[in-house]
Amino acid sequence: MNRENRITWINRLLLPVLNVLTAFAVTAVVFWLIDVNPLEAAEILLYGAFGYEEGIGYTIYYTTNFIFTGLAVAVAFHAGLFNIGGEGQAYIGGLGAGLAIFMLDPTLGAWLFIPASIIGALLFGALWALIPAYLQAYRGSHIVITTIMFNFLAASLMVYLMVHVLREMGQMTPQSELFPTNAWMPFVHDVAAGMGYSIEASPLNLSVLLALVCAVAVWFFLWQTRWGYAIRATGKNSTAAVYGGIKPKRVIIVAMCISGALAGLVSINELVGYQHRLVMDFHLGYGFGGIAVALMGRNHPVGIIVAALLFGTLYQGGAELAFEMSGVSRDIVVVMQGLVILFCGALEYMYRPWLIRTLAPVTQQTSAAGVTV
Amino acid sequence: MSDLLLTLLLTLDATLRVSSPLILAAMAGLFSERAGVVDIGLEGKMLAAAFAAASVAAVFGSPWLGLAAAIVASCCLALLHGFATITHRGDQIVSGVAINILAAGLTIILGLAWFHQGGLTPALNNESRFLSITLPYVEQLAFIPVLGPIYKELISGHNILVYVAFAVVPLVWWVVFRTRFGLRLRAVGENPKAVDTAGLSVIKLRYQALIVGGILCGIAGAYIGTAYNAQFTRDMTAGQGFIALAALIFGKWRPLTVMLACLLFGFLDALAVRLQGVQIEGFGVIPVQLIEAAPYILTVVLLAGFIGRAIPPKAVGTAYVKER
Repeated sequence: MNRENRITWINRLLLPVLNVLTAFAVTAVVFWLIDVNPLEAAEILLYGAFGYEEGIGYTIYYTTNFIFTGLAVAVAFHAGLFNIGGEGQAYIGGLGAGLAIFMLDPTLGAWLFIPASIIGALLFGALWALIPAYLQAYRGSHIVITTIMFNFLAASLMVYLMVHVLREMGQMTPQSELFPTNAWMPFVHDVAAGMGYSIEASPLNLSVLLALVCAVAVWFFLWQTRWGYAIRATGKNSTAAVYGGIKPKRVIIVAMCISGALAGLVSINELVGYQHRLVMDFHLGYGFGGIAVALMGRNHPVGIIVAALLFGTLYQGGAELAFEMSGVSRDIVVVMQGLVILFCGALEYMYRPWLIRTLAPVTQQTSAAGVTV
Repeated sequence: MSDLLLTLLLTLDATLRVSSPLILAAMAGLFSERAGVVDIGLEGKMLAAAFAAASVAAVFGSPWLGLAAAIVASCCLALLHGFATITHRGDQIVSGVAINILAAGLTIILGLAWFHQGGLTPALNNESRFLSITLPYVEQLAFIPVLGPIYKELISGHNILVYVAFAVVPLVWWVVFRTRFGLRLRAVGENPKAVDTAGLSVIKLRYQALIVGGILCGIAGAYIGTAYNAQFTRDMTAGQGFIALAALIFGKWRPLTVMLACLLFGFLDALAVRLQGVQIEGFGVIPVQLIEAAPYILTVVLLAGFIGRAIPPKAVGTAYVKER
């Protein structure tokens, strides 16, 4: 293998794997610090996530959320944008889904309700990303700052609407009335029962199929279409893209709207699929989790599904862990997310100089050939 | 008249208390961004510092030890940010996000393991907190109209960290605009190559800026954990780090205007508390959420260039690569 090939292998495979392992290792240290045996914890965690049918259902249910937000962050990443506003877009997406459902006649069939709620979530999520995108493209304000601000704006707006406008009559808790049953995304255990299989009940619903469809669609869009090419070209080098006839401003708008729309779909899984009403804070943590998922999945749909499954496992397993061990809570998953973002994102190239020095050193021959790193 | 004055004074008094951590955190952000390092992690550093302060104060019964622990915790995260973004040239925003999330998770996990109170730290008694200080001659001067009450209600009766926060502002101004270190700091945020050419270490200067920021965020966190509140609670900084970031932009990276922005945002917060459910003639009830959201709306509008223009330091967000 020549040096160039080795460097490609280091960048593509070795580095990402080492980064994830480092994040795992540091998590183990955290476990050890709080006097928990990491191996025992891992065992409980895996049992909670995969040991019984209900657990598996929950795991895939959480995975669905992470696929949506991971894809959302990745699409923006490909355009060279950091969409930190997945939290807010998911929240407002829920408003869109809810409003679409409440506007329709409750006697209509599910064939109308479910597409309507999906379109509502897509539109509102996209809208909440459109404003920061427009400000970045045409007014020069930084997308990261504006999307952070929009997360808080979404929270304030939703508190206001939930308390004053959408709250169910006569109820103290700020939540809307129940969606009509026709509008519910079918549970997987119900669908299975209809086909003659019996599965333990869990929140897992057909939104997971929607997530997989989105993953395929994102792959097709990014790598097989003209617009996807424009997005990736802008992300790699927007100055060069201009000479290819690409308009970066439009690319920013399109990429962010798709990103926001994908984040908005979290509400389909959470609200239309499980809670069946508008509630507060259903989105918490998934927007930021999406950043970890996208970084770990290397912004590729396949990687994102794998990373989302890992975080889904941690979410569900973490709940089991908190139940089994008194000194641990599910927040260990948050720590792990932080570590993944740190080591797979910010410290992505930490090992690179060292790996290149040891595995692909510059020899007389290569340096004479003028190969640069 | 005196009733109105008193209401106004109490609102302003609350403003000072709410603004103090914002000012400290915004000054921390000012140092780091002036040196060319974006600091999204203000929130996480404050949260970690609040946790460290509340934990150490609870165990050792001294707010000062708590403050020291807060500064250490916050500086550790600042160094981590530096290690990722300066040494390894990682993405500054990704690193900041990582710090925020890490702090949010670790504070709960460690709190749970150490104190077994569901992630809270034990409630602090008065000896282990920073308490309000009554300035001298409050009663003797109270007879003076207007100024007397202002001195008594507004200026006196805060804890020491509030005074520290307001004393830090002119100090920061002096350091950034009147000292050699400040000149170099600003240069490194505008044109690091020039600084490097002049024979100064870009890396060292940026680390120094981050450490100063770490210290200031540590004080802010100690204020939140042991002065404004009496124990650590989950996510207790509640977005104040981001408000400070907004204030930093709103104040255009200048100490005095940033302080004014913090005061404005603090005032809006105090106002929101005071106007909760209050009926105003001709308006009805003003939605509190709108006032709470105002700092974010104002910052977005400013960033969009509709009121003035916020131009960040030129080299902010980019790692410095020394040419070979």
